[in-house]
Amino acid sequence: MLTNRRFVAVASFLVLLALVPLLARFVGGEAFWIKFATRVMIYAIAAVSLDLILGFGGMVSFGHAAFLGVGAYAVGILSAEGIANGFVQWPVAILASALIAAAIGAISLMTRGVYFIMITLAFSQMLYFLGVSLTAYGGDDGMRLANRSRFPGLIDLSGDVTFFYVVLAILIGALVAGHRLVNSRFGMVIQGCRSNERRMRAIGFPTFRYKLAAFVISGVMCGIAGALLANLTAFVSPSEMHWTRSGEIMVMVIMGGMGSLFGPVLGAAGLLVLEEILSSHTQHWQAILGPILVLLVLFAKRGLFGLIDGKSAEKPAGLTGHG
Amino acid sequence: MAEPLLAVESLVKRFGGLVATDHLSLAVEPAELHAVIGPNGAGKTTLIAEIIGELGVDEGRIRFDGHDITHRPTPVRSALGLARSFQVTSLFPDMSALDNVALAVQAHSGHSFRFWRDARADASLRDPAHDVLAQVGLGPRADVLAGNLAHGEQRQLEIAMALATKPKLLLLDEPMAGMGTEESAQLVTLLKSLKRRFTILLIEHDMDAVFQLADRITVLVYGRAIATGTPDAIRANADVRQAYLGEEEE
Amino acid sequence: MTLSLFLTQALNGVQFGVMLFLMAAGLTLVFGIMNLVNLAHGSLYMMGAYFLAALVPVTGNFFVAAVLAVAASLALGIVVELIALRTLYRRDHLDQVLCTFGLILFFNEIVRMIWGATALFVQPPPILSGFVQLLPGVIYPVYRLTIMGVGLAVAIFLYWLNGHTRLGMLIRAGASNRAMVGALGVNITLLYTLVFGLGAALAGLAGVMAGPILSVQSGMGDSILILTFVVIVIGGIGSIRGALVASILVGVVDTVGRVFLPLVLGAVFSPATSSKVGPAIASMSIYILMAAILFFRPQGLFPAHR
Repeated sequence: MLTNRRFVAVASFLVLLALVPLLARFVGGEAFWIKFATRVMIYAIAAVSLDLILGFGGMVSFGHAAFLGVGAYAVGILSAEGIANGFVQWPVAILASALIAAAIGAISLMTRGVYFIMITLAFSQMLYFLGVSLTAYGGDDGMRLANRSRFPGLIDLSGDVTFFYVVLAILIGALVAGHRLVNSRFGMVIQGCRSNERRMRAIGFPTFRYKLAAFVISGVMCGIAGALLANLTAFVSPSEMHWTRSGEIMVMVIMGGMGSLFGPVLGAAGLLVLEEILSSHTQHWQAILGPILVLLVLFAKRGLFGLIDGKSAEKPAGLTGHG
Repeated sequence: MAEPLLAVESLVKRFGGLVATDHLSLAVEPAELHAVIGPNGAGKTTLIAEIIGELGVDEGRIRFDGHDITHRPTPVRSALGLARSFQVTSLFPDMSALDNVALAVQAHSGHSFRFWRDARADASLRDPAHDVLAQVGLGPRADVLAGNLAHGEQRQLEIAMALATKPKLLLLDEPMAGMGTEESAQLVTLLKSLKRRFTILLIEHDMDAVFQLADRITVLVYGRAIATGTPDAIRANADVRQAYLGEEEE
Repeated sequence: MTLSLFLTQALNGVQFGVMLFLMAAGLTLVFGIMNLVNLAHGSLYMMGAYFLAALVPVTGNFFVAAVLAVAASLALGIVVELIALRTLYRRDHLDQVLCTFGLILFFNEIVRMIWGATALFVQPPPILSGFVQLLPGVIYPVYRLTIMGVGLAVAIFLYWLNGHTRLGMLIRAGASNRAMVGALGVNITLLYTLVFGLGAALAGLAGVMAGPILSVQSGMGDSILILTFVVIVIGGIGSIRGALVASILVGVVDTVGRVFLPLVLGAVFSPATSSKVGPAIASMSIYILMAAILFFRPQGLFPAHR
């Protein structure tokens, strides 16, 4: 549920975001800012997708970057094979991420807790190595795309500003769909599974199929983010699937506020801005980012979005989650 | 006589060398309140887990409402009309009392692959949930997070969630556990109001409550049913006095 | 394909498995007893290797440097436990994952700051740098045989520690019933620190032994960490025996698969196809193995009783 203050915060953030291309014209470095804001939004979509299963479903997937890679490679491979048509590329990206999410989910969800964390991590690493070994498609170095997806008769994505607004529209779509989803009957089931799966089964829910469906939905949303990412940079490489990327997406969710849909958007912006600032001061910025993460987890679990309300969310002590 | 609603037939469950359930048979007739008592370690909780399907059995059969459910998974048993409350309170602590019950209603109103409509604005879930909450006396507490309810209220909510699935058989696993005298008395009143409307299998330590409420009582010792009968018959049974009531002073 | 090649590769697989075992034993103990998912375990491995690389020139003796490096890893592990990880035991797994992820970023960068971005190389000591003939036509590096010997010794040590000492008794009791160990009047905080230190020392030892056969560089702990996870998932969390069996299994399948799968595929498909597909399938082989084992035994091969 959105409080009034939260609604105002979300609306003003999105309006501000929509004005980035205009504002950038005054600040200078227009191309940089537009691309940077687009990248923030794409990672925001990925983080929202992870939050659906992590924050709402309690499934600690440490392999979400895999779907980023699947979406990106679907676009990249088709493009390399001469199919630049987005009406083909994007559905293929969606289908591929759905299938792979279904396979990974079906195996990982047979287990729980720490096994689930390790298995999702292992499968994403498997896809990473698969990407590295695809020498025909750039292997370790990745490959350059000739151009962005073509949507003949609909829209021309080659301009950065156009692409920016398309990504913004998809982000808003993802937020709206996510909002409907978590408050729907399906969303209640997913949240019930996070809260107390044993009880869910006792009152009659076959929980596995609902969790799997949530995993697939989340994977598809992240796959779309991957397809967008390939389009943004016109470049695809295994590094998008590396496990540190999965870690980063997870950090975005936590930093912004897990279990709130808009939190991950703030988290994506927060982490990427932080990286940008730190890396402009020192090449060893990760030595600073690491301890920041540790402190964040230990002391500020409610995240950026939680700060907007000022008061702590009503939550009973000691009764949350079970790993 | 008609078939019992629940028939447990010669059930056996071993944990390594320990026989937790030893050729246990038990029949619950429609509309009765059947209590199971027994000293600690008699296998009461194991029995509940077997009936609800959280624990597989080694031998024997469980029949429920004309179905052989011995090997059916828990959600299927729930769909057939078995509902349980938990001995250790097992709620959705981060959801409101109403959400807790509404989820139980939702579990029995078709599949939940419905992604768009706001479930919290769905009268077909909220109205029955409100009704059940009122039945157990939690009406005014509907919007409180389950984790923030008092212990006695959480026990009431436990029962409300079981009721909301419109069960044919209600399995109550020590509903009085950890309750004070006053709370227990309230709960006995609640259970009396449910008697006859639901078939109930009650597992309970509180002897006063059991002898007040039960139509029939089965006594469990070391995984065996050593006696079944009316409260008066059980009181008079020599085996029971020796095996169980004699050592009541724990 | 010859028999001697096969034997050599199988030995390489066992040797790799031994390294994985040293990693997995520590990680599975820490998880089984403290319920802590420690991603930074790979960083301790990396630090072990860096300590060796730094200490060999200083001491001028490989063995002295190796002993000091393992001791330094142990000390580092204890310091990390005291500063950061101790507060995490009671947190959920998500917090543990994130926090130790932060530690990885820190360690990976700190070695770059101290030792630079380029890889370091360590020579094995002269006495271990030759080859021996195991069978006619099968020669094998002495150093790699030494690794296997050390790994075997550690496995025996752990077996003895686990089964025949008071510490081992407490470790086993702690894994199955935390409250009881506390009730016995044991200083549980000290026990945890000791176990974590032991795990850190084993990871450091693995890093030390890897020093002369791999390049010592930032991030070297990450890939072995994930393979260690695969080992633990296959072996069953909390089980040392499972860790041993699964380590050897994963080591052999991975090493042998990389060499022979392309050859086998080459015999079936055209060379062009197999050279394209072979490496891809080989790199996935252990994950497919993991998926298959999980499908039949979701708790791993040797689930620890709890």
